[in-house]
Amino acid sequence: MANLNMVQAINSALREEMRRDGDVIVIGEDVGADGGVFRATEGLLHEFGAERVMDTPLAESGIAGAAVGMAAYGLKPVAEIQFMGFIYPAVDQIFSHAARIRSRSRGRFTCPLVIRTPYGAGIKAPELHSESTEAMFCHMQGIKVVVPSGPYNAKGLLISAIRDPDPVIFLESTRLYRSVKEEVPEGEYEIPLGQARIVREGTEVTLIAWGGMLRKAIEASEGFDAEVIDMMTLTPIDEEAIYRSVKKTGRVVIVHEAPKTCGFGAELSASIAEYAMLHLKSPIFRVTGYDTVMPLPKLEDYYVPSADRIRRAIEEAMKY
Amino acid sequence: MTASFEVKSLSILNEKGEADETLMPSLPDDDIKRIFELMVLSRTFDEAALSLQREGRIGTYASMLGQEASQIGSALAFEKSDWIFPSFREMAVYITMGYPMYMLLQYWSGDERGARAPAGLNIFPVCVPVGTQIPHAVGASMAAKYKGDKAVACCYFGDGGTSKGDFHEGLNMAGVFKLPVVFICQNNQWAISVPRRRQSASKTLSQKAYSYGFEGIQVDGNDVFAVYKATSEAVRKARGGGGPTLIECFTYRMSDHTTADDSSKYRSNEEVESWKPKDPLLRLKLFMEKKGLWNEQYQKGVEEKSKTAVEQAIRKAESLSPPEPADMFRYALKSPTPRQAKEMEDF
Ligand SMILES: Cc1ncc(C[n+]2csc(CCOP(=O)(O)OP(=O)(O)O)c2C)c(N)n1
Ligand SMILES: [Mg+2]
Repeated sequence: MANLNMVQAINSALREEMRRDGDVIVIGEDVGADGGVFRATEGLLHEFGAERVMDTPLAESGIAGAAVGMAAYGLKPVAEIQFMGFIYPAVDQIFSHAARIRSRSRGRFTCPLVIRTPYGAGIKAPELHSESTEAMFCHMQGIKVVVPSGPYNAKGLLISAIRDPDPVIFLESTRLYRSVKEEVPEGEYEIPLGQARIVREGTEVTLIAWGGMLRKAIEASEGFDAEVIDMMTLTPIDEEAIYRSVKKTGRVVIVHEAPKTCGFGAELSASIAEYAMLHLKSPIFRVTGYDTVMPLPKLEDYYVPSADRIRRAIEEAMKY
Repeated sequence: MTASFEVKSLSILNEKGEADETLMPSLPDDDIKRIFELMVLSRTFDEAALSLQREGRIGTYASMLGQEASQIGSALAFEKSDWIFPSFREMAVYITMGYPMYMLLQYWSGDERGARAPAGLNIFPVCVPVGTQIPHAVGASMAAKYKGDKAVACCYFGDGGTSKGDFHEGLNMAGVFKLPVVFICQNNQWAISVPRRRQSASKTLSQKAYSYGFEGIQVDGNDVFAVYKATSEAVRKARGGGGPTLIECFTYRMSDHTTADDSSKYRSNEEVESWKPKDPLLRLKLFMEKKGLWNEQYQKGVEEKSKTAVEQAIRKAESLSPPEPADMFRYALKSPTPRQAKEMEDF
């Protein structure tokens, strides 16, 4: 066990997997000598060499597209996109190819790749460095979307993502990178994809959050008999965990930092309405970023759900 | 600093069927006949596909008419173990690589099972979003290089494809890492209705290679010997660690863009007519006739053999049972998600 922050835990996952499997390759911008702008790949170049830790030209579509070709050939590329706000050029490759090649080649070619990218607000970064567009990727079938909420699960989930036979988008909350430390086992361990976890048990209201919002949800739940669920994987969605909890509590508050419209909370709400409606005692509440462009740092704290806003939503739900 | 480059070009076999013996690749007579037979077979397949489409027996189809030399001449330079990333017009590439013709028809009739390359052939399914296959070839060549395999990757795209960002990102990366990859641009002068001059102000497309730090060459794309020679040299260079090459095959799309297109709206009949004497089959036939490798009887025999093979492929494609609806789910991911499992169950 070591007390690690999330950057160190991710680094440790990459190192373990690269030691275990020579087909695991890291590619991206500044991932080599610089160790990544957040230092998640620090030291990997030194240990594994430039053939396995490749600094690529500045080309997001090229990185994702090359990763598709590498994966089809038989490698397991772990690509880093420097920030989620810069992933859009790669979206064509992710949606049109990574997500589809297994299906369109009827299983002949597959795409076991991971695309890691920092997401979300919290470090007062410049424009387009704080985006949370996870829902866009959740809508697209053929890929999985994983969002760790701390060092321990970041390591286990990343190891599972690398071993997964299909493409995984791995979203790392920038606010969590260095703000929290946890005990992280030294060796390899997997946390299965597609499984949510109950962080705190409760009976009167279910709070659903992931990634950078989980700790806010936990903070807001103080003083309530609230059950807090950490999604960890957004797609495939762990419906059972949600319905089980909702059937028990009858109230739901969903928290995410992305805008409300068509956010992942919309999918959760619709699913709960479809499969657990008759167990609800109150409307479903969503505490989200606003339906605006993500503001620059001066307004960031107004935009991102605060524990206070979450608390008010819980109070609303408890009125029913 | 000054940088200079020379736009290399290559043509060996002219319209009259005369070959420049000093440039001619060494090809035994049997190989020349095989090339001719593949060209006739591909053209027979293409014609059949067009009429199947007219009869509603397959969906939209993109004809390769006029581009047989570019496709066959290049594909013949690869080994089966190489990795091929075509666009959507390369049926002659698939045929040359040994891809079963019935599967091509199966694909164009809307059945994904036709896109599953047989074991032993590393040829990707048709790529519909223009140019997006270019980085895949780059990635595959990175993988081959990393693994120490002798395989090279090859990517086909059109003149329109060279305008895409993925062309730049892919070729740039290939140059930086000096990868074992061959880029084959079939400049057929049109991207649907947009003429070549509207894709780029560059005099040639091949010269773009020099801005990425490797060689480009423009070859007469209707001259199968020139295409074969240029590709063989590029493959040899790639396999030997010499890095990538961009080959521009200067050719012409004789047909409409696809069966859903009417090219008379945007190009003149005179232009199309002017390319007819440049036909790649015609000049190979004239060459072979001079060498005593071709006569009417041989022609008839080759045509009949091709017709039979294509008819067999059609019969086989049309006798297949339709795909199972469950296939939609079966190949979505390695194991279905709980939602997919439920959707499959409720189907
Ligand atoms: C990204 C993208 N944009 C537009 C299209 C529609 N489209 C299909 S083929 C084509 C022209 C392609 O021209 P070129 O690259 O020269 O290839 P050719 O058709 O001549 O073989 C277009 C615009 C597409 N398939 N993909
Ligand atoms: Mg074209």
